[in-house]
Amino acid sequence: MLRIEDLHVKIGEREVLSGINLHIADNETFILFGPNGSGKTTLLMTLMGFGNYEITKGRIIFRGQDITHAPIYERARLGIGMSFQRPPTIHGLKTRHLVGMCDRDGSVDVERLARKLNMDTFLERDINAGFSGGEIKRSELLQLMAQKPYLLLFDEPESGVDLENMKLIGQTVREVLTGAIEPKPESSMRQQRVRKPPVSGLIITHTGYILEYLNADRGQVLYNGHLCCEANPRNILDHISQYGYQECVRCLN
Amino acid sequence: MEKINLKDFRFTGSTLGEIADLRTLDPADKAEMLMSGVDVEERERAGTYLQVDHGRVHCKSLQKGVEILDIKDALAKYDGLPGYFWTQVDKDKDEFTRAAAENLHGGYFVRTEKGARITEPVQSCLFLKADMVGQNVHNVVIVEDDSELHIITGCSVAHGSKGAAHLGISEFFVGKNAKLTFTMIHNWAESTVVRPRTGGVVDEGGVFINNYVLLKPVKDLQSYPAIRLNGRGAVARFNSVIVAPKGSYVDSGSRIELNAPDTRGEIISRTIASGGAIVARGFIGGNSVPAKGHLECKGLILGGGVIHAIPELLGSVDGVELSHEAAVGKIAQEEIEYLMARGLDEEEATSTIVRGFLNVDIMGLPKELRDVIEKTISESQKDMF
Repeated sequence: MLRIEDLHVKIGEREVLSGINLHIADNETFILFGPNGSGKTTLLMTLMGFGNYEITKGRIIFRGQDITHAPIYERARLGIGMSFQRPPTIHGLKTRHLVGMCDRDGSVDVERLARKLNMDTFLERDINAGFSGGEIKRSELLQLMAQKPYLLLFDEPESGVDLENMKLIGQTVREVLTGAIEPKPESSMRQQRVRKPPVSGLIITHTGYILEYLNADRGQVLYNGHLCCEANPRNILDHISQYGYQECVRCLN
Repeated sequence: MEKINLKDFRFTGSTLGEIADLRTLDPADKAEMLMSGVDVEERERAGTYLQVDHGRVHCKSLQKGVEILDIKDALAKYDGLPGYFWTQVDKDKDEFTRAAAENLHGGYFVRTEKGARITEPVQSCLFLKADMVGQNVHNVVIVEDDSELHIITGCSVAHGSKGAAHLGISEFFVGKNAKLTFTMIHNWAESTVVRPRTGGVVDEGGVFINNYVLLKPVKDLQSYPAIRLNGRGAVARFNSVIVAPKGSYVDSGSRIELNAPDTRGEIISRTIASGGAIVARGFIGGNSVPAKGHLECKGLILGGGVIHAIPELLGSVDGVELSHEAAVGKIAQEEIEYLMARGLDEEEATSTIVRGFLNVDIMGLPKELRDVIEKTISESQKDMF
């Protein structure tokens, strides 16, 4: 799905990512840990192609295509979707209109999706205007479900979310990643799964709450612009909650 | 700005005579009028007043409860309209008001009956057709107590006009618990000079909503309607959407005076300079309490130009609540990239943000008019980026 090779990224004069190598396979969910300022968000923003992130070295290959220098919208159209942590408010742009534009092939029932995410009363509101933390996450998910990407990038899906919303968000993230497959008379669940396009995830988390809702395959810690400590995400989380990121320093030195 | 010399324009001699069926109008003129909201089929309209250059060509009420007359006929019928005519605008304010007072060409008189709810809009168009024509109009709108009226008025100029001047006096009277929605769409040309002079008064519980749309080029326009809320609980709201392409000079604003308890005033303007110059004014005066006023003028400069925002608040009593926010800037890169991450290319993203910024939806206009405005916005966007 995604292959990152020796990626170096600068913001202004400062190198934030220093030689990242990462491979995410089809249908794999990868969890990224790391302290504040370690470069996690930078990695996501670089993958999406935002302007302030200058790639000085390395390559990004998405589904066999080199997208290192592709514009944002091309990446989106190829199938990369991102859930923003602090999306901007756009006055006069109704949520319904934006969700409709995300759904480029017009295959999505916006009303039904919105009801599912408890967002139906938000469709007529300006996007992100006065949305709470949980509302932003649900709105981002709604847009992603309309967009139907192959690779989902989530920047802290649990930040600013209360427990009740966490459940809804966690379950929806899982559904987006694995697809909602139910037994049907005409095809077995296995057949359906085979036919389903591959979907992978790259998720940043601090708290690990999201891990209670999905089967994450692998995790790694990003520290000071370097990736280290590949392991089962739950084990990483247990370690960090017990010892913090101190061990990363030793590990990298 | 160079001074307007009224002697450059012809204020006499261009009258067309009655056009009974608007569908027989010259197709090019029809297209221009359509852009200002005029439906020549007169479907879903409560009536029409149409003037070309120096005289009325069509005037008709299609709904009971609303009277539509040529102002000259109204003056004859109602003994000069005492208490109304020239009470909201000072006849001696400037050379333009004096010109309109000395040589009246026409204009509309629209009056609702007490309690009449006119559900469909009355439409009007003041059209400039002849070359270097000067037009003086005087409009009087009276919305009697407990009645409701929506006027859509377009001002247009014939395609290919080499020069024209429009001087228009408008006076509004909104009665007790009455509501007037006044939507004005200006559709001028690069060579047109425009000097409207507008004033009005709103009585107890009355509501005055003014929508103003200017998307096409204009040489020199100056507009500053002033509304006084004199009755308890009266409300006024101004929404303006203004685009000034290269060569346009637009000095536009609105003024609300809160002169009675429980009055509310709101001025919202969205301006885009795409090469031209805009002065975006706003004034809310709070002279009685409790009273609230809010002024919001936001401008974008896209591809050159000048925006000068002048929001003014004047409170003259304890307890008055007035606020304003003004901004002149650019489209935030963050917003463009957010939409691009959803698959919109840069042009789609920018035009989506601009439409949202102009936010014509707030005006609650009939669908076909909204569509025309949306279309005009898309066309004018070609010059912005």
